[in-house]
Amino acid sequence: MTLSLFLTQALNGVQFGVMLFLMAAGLTLVFGIMNLVNLAHGSLYMMGAYFLAALVPVTGNFFVAAVLAVAASLALGIVVELIALRTLYRRDHLDQVLCTFGLILFFNEIVRMIWGATALFVQPPPILSGFVQLLPGVIYPVYRLTIMGVGLAVAIFLYWLNGHTRLGMLIRAGASNRAMVGALGVNITLLYTLVFGLGAALAGLAGVMAGPILSVQSGMGDSILILTFVVIVIGGIGSIRGALVASILVGVVDTVGRVFLPLVLGAVFSPATSSKVGPAIASMSIYILMAAILFFRPQGLFPAHR
Amino acid sequence: MLRTLLLAASALTLLAVPAAAQNKVKIGFIATMSGPAGAIGKDMEDGFRLGIEHAGGKLGGLEPEVIIGDDQLKPEVGVQLVDKMLNRDKVDMVAGIVFSNVMMAAYKPIVDSKTFLVSTNAGPSPIAGAQCSPYYFSTSWQNDQAHEAMGKYMQDKGYKKAYLMAPNYQAGKDALEGVKRYFKGQVVGEVYTTVNQPDYSAEIAQAAASGADALYVFYPGGMGINFVKQYAQAGLKSKLPLHSAFTVDTTTLPAQGDAALGLLGTAFWTDGLDNPVNKKFVDDFVKKHNRVPSTYAAQSYDGALLINAALTQTKGNLADKDALRAAFKKADFKSVRGNFRFNTNQHPIQNFYLFEVVKRPDGKLGTGFKATVFTDHADAYAKDCPMK
Repeated sequence: MTLSLFLTQALNGVQFGVMLFLMAAGLTLVFGIMNLVNLAHGSLYMMGAYFLAALVPVTGNFFVAAVLAVAASLALGIVVELIALRTLYRRDHLDQVLCTFGLILFFNEIVRMIWGATALFVQPPPILSGFVQLLPGVIYPVYRLTIMGVGLAVAIFLYWLNGHTRLGMLIRAGASNRAMVGALGVNITLLYTLVFGLGAALAGLAGVMAGPILSVQSGMGDSILILTFVVIVIGGIGSIRGALVASILVGVVDTVGRVFLPLVLGAVFSPATSSKVGPAIASMSIYILMAAILFFRPQGLFPAHR
Repeated sequence: MLRTLLLAASALTLLAVPAAAQNKVKIGFIATMSGPAGAIGKDMEDGFRLGIEHAGGKLGGLEPEVIIGDDQLKPEVGVQLVDKMLNRDKVDMVAGIVFSNVMMAAYKPIVDSKTFLVSTNAGPSPIAGAQCSPYYFSTSWQNDQAHEAMGKYMQDKGYKKAYLMAPNYQAGKDALEGVKRYFKGQVVGEVYTTVNQPDYSAEIAQAAASGADALYVFYPGGMGINFVKQYAQAGLKSKLPLHSAFTVDTTTLPAQGDAALGLLGTAFWTDGLDNPVNKKFVDDFVKKHNRVPSTYAAQSYDGALLINAALTQTKGNLADKDALRAAFKKADFKSVRGNFRFNTNQHPIQNFYLFEVVKRPDGKLGTGFKATVFTDHADAYAKDCPMK
């Protein structure tokens, strides 16, 4: 293991973490502030990727298509909130799980009906498809660096929105006491619709960023959704800062586990044993991390103030 | 009086059943039609239906009725479908089945009821070996074979160090075993990733740094789309040549795009294979569905032709199972893959080809024929099958 390979892998871990953050930020907002368990977050992510795949050939420009895809995700989120989720805020979490699980099935089938069962093709725009040499021996794809940049920008934006704007203040107030904010004359219903729309737009943005590197197909959101829940539970539900720290932690631990665990085990056990045990432990590593963190901090790393 | 009436009625029903069965053949077609792997099931169905169409719309003179069942990639759903098709629909035979785990669950109830099962995809080793059955025929392959072919190609090409990757499940382990059966160079890395892992950047960086001169992967479906895009984006296409089976095919190529151009794979068939049966199959499939058929469609097309050939020989007689089995075994049809005959375990003995991803004249991506790797290749498990 050379230093340059180590640095490349560290970068891979951080990049994967940032990707997770894009997903987790929207989910933690909706879960923490609106107290809504939204399993359909992965579907909104998938819709973002599908919107991008459909809009790139139409507009002929990746960046225009990306902006439109995020806007479409925002609009879709608002529509879903108005039609399906609005009545669920006062209901049990189990009712919310049922409804949003139904939404997963609905979206997975609707993309198959519209775009077919075959995966769609999206590639990074030419300007972002090259490589840069960060350090001697560390060559990294520009597109993946772009993902990191976008993730960082989203983190800063949310920090500013949540802590330094009137909207953010209302969101936080609504989270601690919905009825009181309503009594003070704030249109809390509209506020919740906006927050859900924002969450959907973030999921759509994650889908847009993932489109060029992943397969755009029905059900693509389901596997990443589980990791996203792990992230927001570790970070503390409702906390953007927690989501950021936990995403990077999960991304790095997952990558390190996949890459270095088989090497470490190989030094101790026979190759046959390590190739059998290594992948098994590596795939458990983030869940072990979650269990350990919850043992010491049951509220997560940065519990949101409620 | 009542007794006589009843007797007469039952005699009539006895007469009625064979009369109705005589001009019709009911085929249960089980495949994964929904979820991320749904494209495969769709391709199989389209191939099968085109085979029936090319057989003149009839199978051995019988009117075919195809009952489609979606197993949702769940073995238990597959078993329920089998139960429904055997007992309620009373199908004469079953065809299809994409995934080996579904096949392993559905296999026993079908062959135990002495219903013919034509696998047009899955080829798990137990069915080719010790658990083989006279009622099972395959128009695809045994799971290891395409991997063996690529191992042979990499060996012949003179690669010294290979890096192998597959998902961490039975088929992934079988795949790498198949490669290693013929590739005798050094294996510098053997990596099993989590099933449906989306991002491979860490593993790709390890492979690039391993000093290997060849990379072999088995990533079917969406995993292959993710892997191939990320492999190309990591700039490895010119540095570490990628070899694979079931990873680039015409179900994944539209989504892999130019990232897959020039990649090598092995299969029993490619759409660029030059023979008249194949040309007619590919041209008509493209005309009808506006996409290039995959190996899944080709196998299923052959499945329909096989059933047609067998029923033609028995003159549409479904009742005499021994005669029908003998007719199946003859495999008297022209396959899209060229030579085709059955081994003692009723799996095909066939050629395996090296293909390269190319742009077809119509601008679509396809798999162009490059070389024949194995001629008349039999699977490694036939010796464990007690049938002669």
